[in-house]
Amino acid sequence: MSIELKGVVKTKDAETHIYETNLKLLKGGFNVLLGTTLSGKTTLMRLMAGLEKPTQGEVWFNEENVTGMAVQKRSVSMVYQAFVNYPSHSVYDNIASPLKVAGVSKSEIKKRVESIADLLKLTPMLNRMPAELSGGQQQRTALARALVKNAELVLLDEPLANLDYKLREELRDELPKLFAGSGATVVYATSEPMEALMLGGHTATLHEGRVIQYGETAEIYRSPNNLTSATVFSHPPINTTKVIKKGNELFIQDISCCKIDGGLKNLADGDYILGVRPHHLTPFSTDENAVRVKGVVKVTEISGSDSVIHIIFGDCSWVSESHGIHPYKVGETIDLFMNINQCLLFDVQGDLIPV
Amino acid sequence: MIKYKSLLPIIYIIFLMLPIYWLINMSFKTTNEILGVFSLWPLEFTLENYRTIFTDPTWYNGYFNSIIYVAMNTVISVTVALPAAYAFSRYNFLGDKHLFFWLLTNRMAPAAVFALPFFQLYSSVGLFDTHIAVALAHCLFNIPLAVWILEGFMSGVPKELDETAFLDGYSFSRFFGKIFIPTIASGIGVTMFFTFMYSWVELLLAKTLTSVAAKPIAATMTRTASASGYELGLLAAAGALTIIPGALVIYFVRNHIAKGFALGRV
Repeated sequence: MSIELKGVVKTKDAETHIYETNLKLLKGGFNVLLGTTLSGKTTLMRLMAGLEKPTQGEVWFNEENVTGMAVQKRSVSMVYQAFVNYPSHSVYDNIASPLKVAGVSKSEIKKRVESIADLLKLTPMLNRMPAELSGGQQQRTALARALVKNAELVLLDEPLANLDYKLREELRDELPKLFAGSGATVVYATSEPMEALMLGGHTATLHEGRVIQYGETAEIYRSPNNLTSATVFSHPPINTTKVIKKGNELFIQDISCCKIDGGLKNLADGDYILGVRPHHLTPFSTDENAVRVKGVVKVTEISGSDSVIHIIFGDCSWVSESHGIHPYKVGETIDLFMNINQCLLFDVQGDLIPV
Repeated sequence: MIKYKSLLPIIYIIFLMLPIYWLINMSFKTTNEILGVFSLWPLEFTLENYRTIFTDPTWYNGYFNSIIYVAMNTVISVTVALPAAYAFSRYNFLGDKHLFFWLLTNRMAPAAVFALPFFQLYSSVGLFDTHIAVALAHCLFNIPLAVWILEGFMSGVPKELDETAFLDGYSFSRFFGKIFIPTIASGIGVTMFFTFMYSWVELLLAKTLTSVAAKPIAATMTRTASASGYELGLLAAAGALTIIPGALVIYFVRNHIAKGFALGRV
């Protein structure tokens, strides 16, 4: 099912939660809503589900305006961050409940519940109560209930956020497979850029109640249309600094200077903002054109085989993420390197300058 | 060491149980023995007091009357309080907090304040000396209490549960009956216990609004004392029997009450 928000605005108690939004989601695929807490992911989902009515604008399913339609009549299912199951019903009854309400025959219910339980590895737990399950199993039950009714629109609101690391990875791998054959349009909210990249599909970056950009996930990661979108879609956060372009040279904070060529050369002289992703800033030089970044080490975090180095570079706080163990001391002055062609260049308003 | 530690609660429990023991002790004595000698246990053990209560309709009808209006009151209170508490816990509306507080203020006035208006009103509409009269009068303080307790339990249930049910296709009434009420069953149990208890022990309104047909046991007990001298043994037996329903109800809801305390509303 295609879902479209047409000029949707949501205000609550004189506070705007969603600014005017026009968004048409990919039909029958994975759509990720990526944004920090309070960016409006949940509100957007609740508007799609019909749990809240837009203050202005319309919600369209396929070619039908469903703005005022009751929740019960929509073909929508939703999974919350908190594990929501009916505590007084067994796992079997929980999964069967949407089918029972829809008046499906008993034998058909049994067949569908069992097949979905098998898919989500819940078969041994069917007779237990939700409170007797682990967190992962509770969330699987909620997912099973969302899947069993074959809703055309499935909303997943940070479904993995409350799970522990191992379970999260396991379920994250399974999720796209679960929905692959169903033809359902899936909307998945998350605050983790890595999660969005792993799930693939399309991504909408959200910031403070506005949809900043929508498109193919990898495409948005590669070329965010502005600084906000790049910040939302980068973890650790993208490094930025002011730069001045003069002729063939780019002056970075009066500290470094580098030659530029290609499309950038034709840019008007003046002030710009340079964005460098943490993994493009490395402690070792990759080629002779690399730009040297001299900074003072603030913190070094070493996780297994990767190092995250926080440095003070001029008047900015930068982060480098690289493979290998680099145990720098706090206060040490070090050289880091970046390739200017991998960097993103924004104008002073924050819009991306296409190269 | 353990012995010293357990000494304090033992003393406390003895202190609490002593009046109840004395009541039961008296109920097996004759009035002469109660008035004549001091004895820690019945010297002349008798079941005559209990026999009187179980055979004399003026006595056992008192129990029936009490149980009838208490049951009516409990059912009315919980039925009315369920939707009210749901509204308070789920919706915001103009003046909701004030209304909620105002409900509680109904518990702040002594029953004596309402005895006269109730008596006059019920007499004029022909409700005087009926079970429903007492049941309705007790709603005055039991419904606010029930709303207060149930609201606490309902607010402990995430709103997402309601929404999930609606997304699953449940209509509101079906959700309320099939999903919501079972979810807060222990809250309903606790509420029923408290409405039962307050209605069971209330004397003034029950006594004022009844004369013969719906006379509660507590009223029967007070009147017997003045009618035919002091029948202390009989009164003690009636008292001992009056404790039983309350004790039974506490026994059944004891686990739920602990939950209620944990939620901080009881």
